Amino acid sequence: MRDLRLALRAGGGFGLGLAFFLILAVLVPLGVGPEPEVLARIAPGVLWVGALLACLLSLDRIFALDYEDGSLDLLATAPLPLEAVVAIKALAHWITTGLPLVLVSPVLGLLLFLPGAAYGWLIVALLLGTPALSMIGAFGAALTVGVKRGGLLLSLLVLPMYVPTLVFGAELVSRGAQGLSVGTPLALLAGITAGAAAILPFAAALVLRINLR
Amino acid sequence: MGLRVCDLAVARGGVPLLEGVNFALAPGQALVLRGPNGCGKTTLLRVVAGLQPALSGTVEGGEAVAYAAHADGIKATLSVAENLSFWGAVYGAGDVKAALERMNLRALSGRAAATLSAGQKRRLGLARLLVTGRPVWVLDEPTVSLDAASVALFADLVRGHLAAGGMALIATHIDLGLPEAQELDLRAHKARLPEPGDAGGFDEAFL
Repeated sequence: MRDLRLALRAGGGFGLGLAFFLILAVLVPLGVGPEPEVLARIAPGVLWVGALLACLLSLDRIFALDYEDGSLDLLATAPLPLEAVVAIKALAHWITTGLPLVLVSPVLGLLLFLPGAAYGWLIVALLLGTPALSMIGAFGAALTVGVKRGGLLLSLLVLPMYVPTLVFGAELVSRGAQGLSVGTPLALLAGITAGAAAILPFAAALVLRINLR
Repeated sequence: MGLRVCDLAVARGGVPLLEGVNFALAPGQALVLRGPNGCGKTTLLRVVAGLQPALSGTVEGGEAVAYAAHADGIKATLSVAENLSFWGAVYGAGDVKAALERMNLRALSGRAAATLSAGQKRRLGLARLLVTGRPVWVLDEPTVSLDAASVALFADLVRGHLAAGGMALIATHIDLGLPEAQELDLRAHKARLPEPGDAGGFDEAFL
């Protein structure tokens, strides 16, 4: 099972999302202007949107590569339940994409004049929210696995499903920055992630089986 | 323990291809499927492997299947040995070293799979069968891009598998050198094409 992670990492694309995230965060101050007050106010949103898009970049690799070289057929006939395969692949995607984003986000927060109180919450929010992004993305990738060049379709399908995570994630960070209570967005964000992790592996495995026919 | 297929009918893309397919494999037996291109060999094998639902009929023993098709499921960036140990770990069985030895891949074991020739990739794909530890091999044209020596090696491999109580279901166009295997010509089971306006079910509207 752990080899899946290895396979995915060797498949390349690792670091691509991270580089995209970095560039986006550097471009925003150039576009918006260097005023610290403006940047500080939009920083949580910018970081979250950046994380979302960076995550999206590598999504279509989750199943498409395995579909092309036949591995997916073989995995479907293997003793490992397909639900577990989906969950592991989503986890591998998070480790290669989500986790690096969480780790560099404080540096980017610095670039965007994020208030000091918000750093802790930024990390908490991303840590809680990005697994949901990977899991929802894996579901989207399963939906579009048989489609040639399904990347665009995948983005259209997945981005709306990212809205709740984005809303509560960004809200959590900006509330943290202003020193308000963060209980509600924190609970909702954790709830979304837990729900996604509980339900979507089954949904994605079902969709994969249909797509393999 | 065996593989039993009863009155199976299969379809591809909504078009019925085969019907009334019956066969049974007992341990130590092999069955070779024959038939022209497009007659439904691959579809039948996918149904037996459980990748696709049957139109009607039953497959018993399909959970013991190791499936190998045209695509070998090889990751180009991993080495030969890494590819094989991955599948060994997934199936939780099998001896990777012995499998490499058996398919003459030992000298290549450190090479990245991307640098293998088509025939070498195929040999790696067949070596995967050895690490699955599954009794029923379902093989879709296993000898594509193999040279004569490797075909003989493959026949040997299947014979060894049968001798150990395994079973093999093979679709192929060439003579494998397995005289003991039974043959099934799928032309006899060609499905009657539905009359125009015959079916018209709910699914039909979407095809």
